[in-house]
Formats: sequence, C-alpha cells, structure tokens
Amino acid sequence: MVTKVFIPRDSSALSMGAERVAVAVAQEAEKRGLDIVLVRNGSRGLYWLETMVEVLTDKGRVAYGPVKVKDVPSLFDADFLNGKSHALSLGLTEELDWLKKQQRLTFARVGITDPVSLDDYIAHEGYQGLKNALELSGTEIVKTVTDSGLRGRGGAAFPAGIKWNTVLGCEADQKYIVCNADEGDSGTYSDRMIMEGDPFVLIEGMTIAGIAVGATQGYIYLRSEYPHALKTLNEAIANAEKAGYLGDNVLGSSKAFHLEVRRAAGAYVCGEETSLLESLEGKRGLVRFKPPLPAIEGLFGKPTVVNNVISLATVPIILDKGAQYYADYGMGRSRGTLPIQLAGNIKHGGLVELAFGATLRELLYDFGGGSATGRPIRAVQVGGPLGAFLPESQFDTPLDYEEFTKIWAVLGHGGIVAFDDTVDMAKMARYAFEFCAVESCGKCTPCRIGSTRGVEVIDKISATKGSAEHTKSIKLVRDLSDTMLNGSLCALGGMTPYPVLSALNHFPEDFGLPKESKAG
Amino acid sequence: MLDSHLTQDENAAIATLIAQHQHRPGALMPLLHAIQDTIGFVPESAYSQISKALALSVAEVHGVVTFYHHFRTHRAGRHVLQVCRAESCQAMGAEALAAHAKKCLGVDYHQTTADGAVTLEAVYCLGNCALSPAVMMDDEIYGRVSPVELDALIAEAKA
Repeated sequence: MVTKVFIPRDSSALSMGAERVAVAVAQEAEKRGLDIVLVRNGSRGLYWLETMVEVLTDKGRVAYGPVKVKDVPSLFDADFLNGKSHALSLGLTEELDWLKKQQRLTFARVGITDPVSLDDYIAHEGYQGLKNALELSGTEIVKTVTDSGLRGRGGAAFPAGIKWNTVLGCEADQKYIVCNADEGDSGTYSDRMIMEGDPFVLIEGMTIAGIAVGATQGYIYLRSEYPHALKTLNEAIANAEKAGYLGDNVLGSSKAFHLEVRRAAGAYVCGEETSLLESLEGKRGLVRFKPPLPAIEGLFGKPTVVNNVISLATVPIILDKGAQYYADYGMGRSRGTLPIQLAGNIKHGGLVELAFGATLRELLYDFGGGSATGRPIRAVQVGGPLGAFLPESQFDTPLDYEEFTKIWAVLGHGGIVAFDDTVDMAKMARYAFEFCAVESCGKCTPCRIGSTRGVEVIDKISATKGSAEHTKSIKLVRDLSDTMLNGSLCALGGMTPYPVLSALNHFPEDFGLPKESKAG
Repeated sequence: MLDSHLTQDENAAIATLIAQHQHRPGALMPLLHAIQDTIGFVPESAYSQISKALALSVAEVHGVVTFYHHFRTHRAGRHVLQVCRAESCQAMGAEALAAHAKKCLGVDYHQTTADGAVTLEAVYCLGNCALSPAVMMDDEIYGRVSPVELDALIAEAKA
C-alpha cells in the first residue's frame, strides 16, 4: 500500500529545515523499500511544531513534530507510516486543541491540500464560489460581498463590496483587479501562508472580483522577500490556465480573466494602494493624492479594485456558502473571521483564524502559551509597525475594529507581536521613527522630515532625563506627532505616531517620566 | 574589489532582456528584476539602453532603481545575507544577532566581505515572524536563528 506523507513547502517550515526533512524521508523510504507519496502541503500554522510531518492513516492524518533530519530513521523504526507512537507524536492533526478551537474559513484548506494541485483544490470544495458567481450578474455578486460585511483585511477595513460597487459602476474599456500582496508589516504572514498554502483560493477570489466588476486583467503585487510564494503562485496560475479557470473564456462563460504576478522591490510604502499602483506602472512608489480614488482612476488611469490577499481569498467562501453564512461570524460591525498571526516573543507562534471578538489575552495565553523566553509579556504591538503598543491592562480588549479604535489602537492586518519585560519602549519609539525615515516615499514633509526629527528628539529625551530640556523634548515629540498625524499624505507618516505615543503614554517610565504620570 | 564593469555576455543578456520585456505594461519593474536576477545587479551603464527602449529619461530610470531597496547598482558578493531588523525579530534578539553578523563578517549593512563571499543587508520583515529571529541567505530562509547557527551559515557561504 502506498502511504501519503505530508511535509510542508511553506517558507516558515522551510526555515526550520522542512526541505532537508523531506529529502531525508524520501531517501529513508527508498532505502527501506517502502512506497510513499510525498505531498508538499502548506503549513497548518502551528509553527513551533515545524517541521510537522503528517501521515495519512485509516483513522485520519497523524502528526509528528517538530521533526529534524536526525529524527527520520527513528520515525521509520517506530512505524510512523502506520501512525504508530513516537516521542514526537502529536496524535490526530484534526484533534489538536490549537486547531479545534479555531474557525477556519479563509484558511479552510491551508495545510490540508497540495497547494498546486487543482484536483485537490476542487476535491476540497474549491471553485464552488466561482461556479455560483458565473450564474449571477455583476450587481448580484457585489451585493453578496457587501451583505457578507467583508471589510478590507489589509488594515484599512473599508467595506469590500462598496469598493467593488464603485468599479462596477464605472464605464471603461479596461478595468483591473489588483491584489496587494506587499505584506510588509512585521508580525504578519497570513498572506504568505495563503499564497504558499492555498494559492487557488486567491486566484478564485480575484477571478470572481474580475467577473463581478468587468475587469479582465488581474495583477498580484508580491513582495520580493517572498521567493517561495512567487514560485507557488506561478505554478498554480499556470495550472489554472491549463484547465480553463483563467484565460479568455473562464469555464466556458465567454468571460475573460488573466492573471499575472508582479514583484515588488522592497519598499514598505508600496503596501499603500496608490504607491503600489505607481510601482506597478513602473515608477517610483510615490503616494498619490486622493481623490481620484483608485476605484475610479487606478492602474494606468483605469477603474481598479485594490484588495489585500486575505480579502480576496475570503471571497470564494462567501460566494460558495452565501453572505449570511459569513456574516453570522463576528461581532458588531466586524463580520466574519480574522486570520490572526502570533509573532515575536511568543511560545506558540502561528496562525489562528477566529471570528472577531476574541480577546488579546486569549490569543497570547490560551493560544500563544505566553512568551517564548518565559518572562512576563509587557507589551504587544498589534497591526504592524504603524500599530499601537498595548500594555497588559488592555489585553482584555476584544479583536474588533471599533473596539480597537476606542483605545486608540488598530487591528491592521491582524499581526500580534509580543515583547517580554526586557523591552525598552523608548527604543521601540525611536525605531518607529527610524523605520518611517527609511521607508518614507518623500512626497510629504511631515513624513519625510518629521521621521528624522523624531529620531533626534527621542535621542534627546533619552540623553536629558531629569532636566528642563527633557520636559521640552517630551512636549516637542507630542507636537511633532500631532503634525504627522494630521498633516501626512498616507498612513506611513500619519500612523507612525501610534507606536510612538502609545509607548510614551503606556510606558512613561522608559522615557524617564514617573510611572504613574500621564506622561506630560 | 568588486568590479561593476560588464562582460560581453552580460551586455548581451541585458539587450535580450530589454527586448523581452519592453512592450509589457509597466515594463520597468519586471525588466529591472530580470536584469538583477540574471547578472546580480542593475548597472548604471545600462540606464541609457533601458531608457531608450522604454521611452523614459535616464533620470526616470535612475529614480526608480534607487527608490527601491531591493535593486543594487553594484555587484554583490557571491551570497547575500539579509538579517531581519523588524519588531518581531527585535523581540527575539535580532539586534544582537545583527551585531554578531557584522562582527563576524567585518562589514556593515550594504557592504561586502573582503573575499567577495557575502554581502550583508538589513531587511524589514521576511514573514517568518512566528519563528523570529529570521535571516535569509540568498533565497533560503532560516528561523529561530542563534549566533552559532549564523556562524555555520556564514562559514558555508565562505567555503
């Protein structure tokens, strides 16, 4: 009997040696004359257990991890191919508590299927959404997306259906669907996991978007730091083209949709949608003034839908199961699920997809298991380098766009970076300014100049503790933040004050101010 | 020292790539990537050819090449080591790891070791944040990297 063995091709799994483990397993099987089929799946997202090796048995998939090359012979000795016990046994994958507690809608297939196998995708309910969409008018598709309550998962949380409706309403000889895959926020990797673990779901989502608004060309703007995602996406696109899911006549509908991956080149600001469009056009990634909105004058001046990977990859399940099915998850105006990424100083880092409403504390401790170093978690940064730092007193905040706004924080792309009590928050504030200075596109003054002046003021604060100069500098950094918040052209300059001021407000003692003070 | 003078083959490769890419919409970015993928950098001596083919000014080409961190105008070492500096990796000791890399290689960011083996670069997130700190050697990514493991990677690259 041929046994199916699953070893991920996901970047993070590869970073823990998955490639070498895969080679070792194949060699050992050959040496022992055992017949196996090696499937290179995406990651289940339990990254502390990578390389996680799974074997398909008659009871289901059995997992082992973290597996190193040196463990491979003993796994064979223990008869892991029949799911037998070994020191690294994790039991049935589906029974793992960490996975059972999740609500995986967007990530339903990630880690389960062979990412580039179209047959596997279809066997796991893939392309049902597109089939339904092809029976509907553009207006009906857009209405379904609007009714689902899906909001842009890139960070801005703008209702996807409304954006689509604007593009649908434009008369033009050419429209575009652009996928923002320039996932530059530290602490985030859900886009990458989709592109490496289930690229067809993104391709299907973009195709549905194209059919809905009448766009025939799509671009995935992919960050250059993701070479493995590039390979997987290109393989999947080629397979979809071959089978008629992309091209001039999508599934015989006489509707065209073409898709191409374009590589970014390491500029964080190109995650901002107008800067991204400039870059796609072959220019410096300078932010554009709005209006005009990209939905009306976007790529090459044509109406363009720009959505994040997760937003687009969530569209197929909405079109498959219906708007209400998706909207039934979540709280308040945050409908559906959010793929949350646990990162930084965390014991159990990985991907947790949950309906909106879970608290930070549940994620950090129930899922994350506390810090990796075993020290208390002192601060978390949610939503990337432009997100606020939150102290322990705010860990009971539910993950919901509006609840986060209330505490002057953002959910962003759902990345949570934990720091233990050795963190110096003044240093983190300085880094926020420094990062802004490195990545500023230079178009607006508050961002271009303000970021550099910010680094200098933080240095002054650190050097002049206890003097009159110190008090002046604290006031100055607040004034500067105010200018950047209100005067910047885009979120880079406009949100850098979030990490800076939240660090100052919640951790004044790191800036040489009394702990109980409200920091100047 | 690393010479940015082009060989005949490299010049021919650039001409071929320009011909392949020049008619694509928004051709400049894919073209620059193709050139850097093929010969390792985007030589300034190619600006004039590129600008003519794409109906741009040399200044525009220069502007684009220098805007993006990924593109380099000089030859890199045989291997490029990128050390992540972003928050998640900082929370797991990336600063000490970067300092270790600099000391071990004897270079700062954007510099190449004297033997031409390794160019050191800073990178802001490799998307491996559940397994910080992370580094990338060429196209291969490594997670939970200790100074000892980094030494091994560097030794392998120098061999």
